[in-house]
Amino acid sequence: MDNFVSSIQTVPLNHYLILSSIIFTIGVIGVLIRRNAIIIFMSVELMLNAVNLLLTAFSAYYGDAAGQVFVFFIMALAAAEVAVGLAIIVMVYRNTSSVDINILNRLKW
Amino acid sequence: MILFYLVSLLTITFSLLVIFTKNPIYSVLYLIATFFTFTIHYVLLNAQFLAVVNFIVYMGAIMVLFLFVLMLMNLNKETEPMKSTLIKIIAVIAGGSLLVTLIGSFKQLDALGISTINKPEIGLVENLGKVLFSDFLLPFEVSSILLLSAMVGAVLLAKKDKTDNG
Repeated sequence: MDNFVSSIQTVPLNHYLILSSIIFTIGVIGVLIRRNAIIIFMSVELMLNAVNLLLTAFSAYYGDAAGQVFVFFIMALAAAEVAVGLAIIVMVYRNTSSVDINILNRLKW
Repeated sequence: MILFYLVSLLTITFSLLVIFTKNPIYSVLYLIATFFTFTIHYVLLNAQFLAVVNFIVYMGAIMVLFLFVLMLMNLNKETEPMKSTLIKIIAVIAGGSLLVTLIGSFKQLDALGISTINKPEIGLVENLGKVLFSDFLLPFEVSSILLLSAMVGAVLLAKKDKTDNG
């Protein structure tokens, strides 16, 4: 484990920022280009994970454990969110036989 | 150091495959691979507790949930709804603008020059447990209530309606 840490020690914090921004942007693009509700949900998970990685990187570089505790809470929240969201998607599929979000525009009227 | 860039390349590749693959089952499998590369990132940051939790929660629980729901629905490439090419191009341009804005704002920060991990032992289970059960005891207990209510809500939502008007 020590050589892992010494190998990461030369990576600047900026590169973690750029990596997390790229993954967050991929998540945003995924939400915009897909119509399958489950894929949109996966893109949201990608965005959550990008933020988790950035929080962990800041926490490790500044030597403050609070960031990693926040990541733990975000993971608990993500598990709850996935359970409720997938239950809603199952309900939508049962009522419309599709997970296409373009069908779900009836709330507009 | 070279390991970080290798794993980052894998992360970006897999997450691109998640959103551009047409078959939803393959998307879930690529999502699992992405989560695994995130676990490697946590190990590289010496956040061992988070690496284990990420492995169990994301690659265990969330992956099983996604796969079960997908296989219940019998989706495949033929039924996959796609947006038009124009909307895709516009979405990619919008995402690219977001990325350029973010990176451009990072250029203004010079306080991020630190490139060493200060206290490498901070992500170990022992130290994180001490912080979690002393400073963050109330949020920890509240999150258990959140998980309980989410479980009740999910069961209530997914339950089949006995009456036919639902």
